[in-house]
Amino acid sequence: MLNPQSLIRKGLPKGHFKDRLVRVLLGATTYFIVLIAALLFAKIIKDGAPVLFTSQAPYVDLGFLLDKNQTLHVFDDAQGVRHQLPASAYNDYLKQHEGAPIYNPQTFSYSGGGIVGPIVGTALLTIGSMILALFFGVCAAIYLSEYAKQNPFIHAVRLAILNLAGIPSIVFGLFGFAVFVLAVPVITSTPSDRSLLTLPLFIGDYMLSFQGWNSSLMAGCATLACMILPVIITASEESLRAVPQGFRDASLAMGATRWQTIRKCVLPFSLPGILTSSLLAITRVAGETAPIMFTAAVAAKDDLPWESLAHPFDLLSSQVQALPYHIYTLAARIPASEYTRRAQYGSVFVFLILVMALSLGSMVLRAKLRAKLKW
Amino acid sequence: MPSLSQPPSIDVHDMHFSYGDACALKSITLAIPENRVTAMIGPSGCGKSTLLRCFNRMNDEIPGARVTHGSIHIGGIEIHHPSVDVVKLRRNVGMIFQKSNPFPRSIHDNVAFGLQLHGSQNRDLIAESVESALRSAALWDEVKDRLHDSALGLSGGQQQRLCIARSLAVKPRILLMDEPCSALDPIATAKIEDLVRTLKEQYTLIIVTHNMQQASRISDHTAFFYLGELIEFSDTLKLFSNPSNPLTENYIRGTFS
Repeated sequence: MLNPQSLIRKGLPKGHFKDRLVRVLLGATTYFIVLIAALLFAKIIKDGAPVLFTSQAPYVDLGFLLDKNQTLHVFDDAQGVRHQLPASAYNDYLKQHEGAPIYNPQTFSYSGGGIVGPIVGTALLTIGSMILALFFGVCAAIYLSEYAKQNPFIHAVRLAILNLAGIPSIVFGLFGFAVFVLAVPVITSTPSDRSLLTLPLFIGDYMLSFQGWNSSLMAGCATLACMILPVIITASEESLRAVPQGFRDASLAMGATRWQTIRKCVLPFSLPGILTSSLLAITRVAGETAPIMFTAAVAAKDDLPWESLAHPFDLLSSQVQALPYHIYTLAARIPASEYTRRAQYGSVFVFLILVMALSLGSMVLRAKLRAKLKW
Repeated sequence: MPSLSQPPSIDVHDMHFSYGDACALKSITLAIPENRVTAMIGPSGCGKSTLLRCFNRMNDEIPGARVTHGSIHIGGIEIHHPSVDVVKLRRNVGMIFQKSNPFPRSIHDNVAFGLQLHGSQNRDLIAESVESALRSAALWDEVKDRLHDSALGLSGGQQQRLCIARSLAVKPRILLMDEPCSALDPIATAKIEDLVRTLKEQYTLIIVTHNMQQASRISDHTAFFYLGELIEFSDTLKLFSNPSNPLTENYIRGTFS
């Protein structure tokens, strides 16, 4: 029989210090990561928040969100007052003070005005690519999870899709450039000189010309969609598999066809999962620079994407500004000075808020749908 | 498959069944009469569920599973013949699963599912069919005031009876039950057993069970399976009181080794 007295420890328990040490080390590593993230956010909020938020009502600098991007002109007037004016205001100033001398004029590209162009450009790219990626991704996921026989070939296909997720985004950018910008077929009556191949269609003088979509919204959307497809397929397949087999059995046993079963008993219950995982993918689409550098993005654009179009469909073939690319331009293409900080940190701050809102939105949505759909 | 006015009988003739290379059923020959409850008993892995799933061809969903020899006739029609529409077959041969599997929707929508599946649009007709199916499954009085609440709020026994109602709503002629009470408490089990007794007036019922008392209580005929073979098939009374095969006797006495 065990002696109860032997359970009372004398002194510290065995391995006490080692245990403590491991605990401290693991904790320190964790909090170090948190510290890095906190420093990053603190820096951006400290320098970026004053750009967006103002001390008077409406407390938000709507001009920064809603004005078009312009060149910033910095100069001194005759009284020695320093002015910072975006290009349009600068021109007005010149007209009003005709003949007045200007001293120390400097110009900073992209640093004046607001960032409405990049914001709507990113929105259009995100929406377009998500529509494409969801359509192709969900179709592929349904096939893989519901129809395909689980043989070695399908496992290889699945592995290939997973590997696609690991490809660097710049490779997708170059792929998009080579395929969507330069090579995909278009129907036109006037093929361009660099068309790879033209095939007559025998309808009027229309031809199928493999000349690509040029750098355009749709080329950018297609490239981003390719990049995000593996994520969507994997997440969708997981959501489909999470639907209990019993639902499928019950439906089939009642005389439903395979497609009826999927449409009524599988998709409705997996859709919340598919949508929330896709929302997480949105943040990635919105944030990528490399895939759109060669395929859709442009540093400066005077009009918003839908302005001055001959035809509404031209929106798809127009180039757009995009927030991540705008940030890249501000950081890499123009010299940093006290006059560019507003545009630089403001853009990063706005971008961060947008991405954070999307992430938070997906988390809230997921929590709500999970609470609603339980089995 | 023609619509069947009478609950049909099932004829299994010298059937062999395999999952890939693994033989699951060997030379099964048995005739299941109409308007009766037939119980299938036997130790786990003996093939009784496999046979049950042959009757509505649910095994089609399992890759590599196939009938290698022999035939099953339901109402005189060979159900594995290529010309048989498996969708229509399953409409006539309903199935209740071991784990109750209501959809996470309202009680009404669960029962109406099969009707809508087969093209019913008329709300009044659907409401009528839902009520009669729920009455047939002895569930109506318990749920009539909360038809539009989630089916997942029901107790386990009620969920299983809801699944029965859902199957009955598409008006099958045969009802297959795969251990329908194995997850239920004795009171819920008793309710299902009562239900089975009343349902045999209109349906041919086949029930797989591990509970031999249950088989003796509710079935008219009992089939005992062992290692993929049909050992004995006879009147329930005879099988339990005077089994002709020593294997059967050992199994029902619980002295099985």
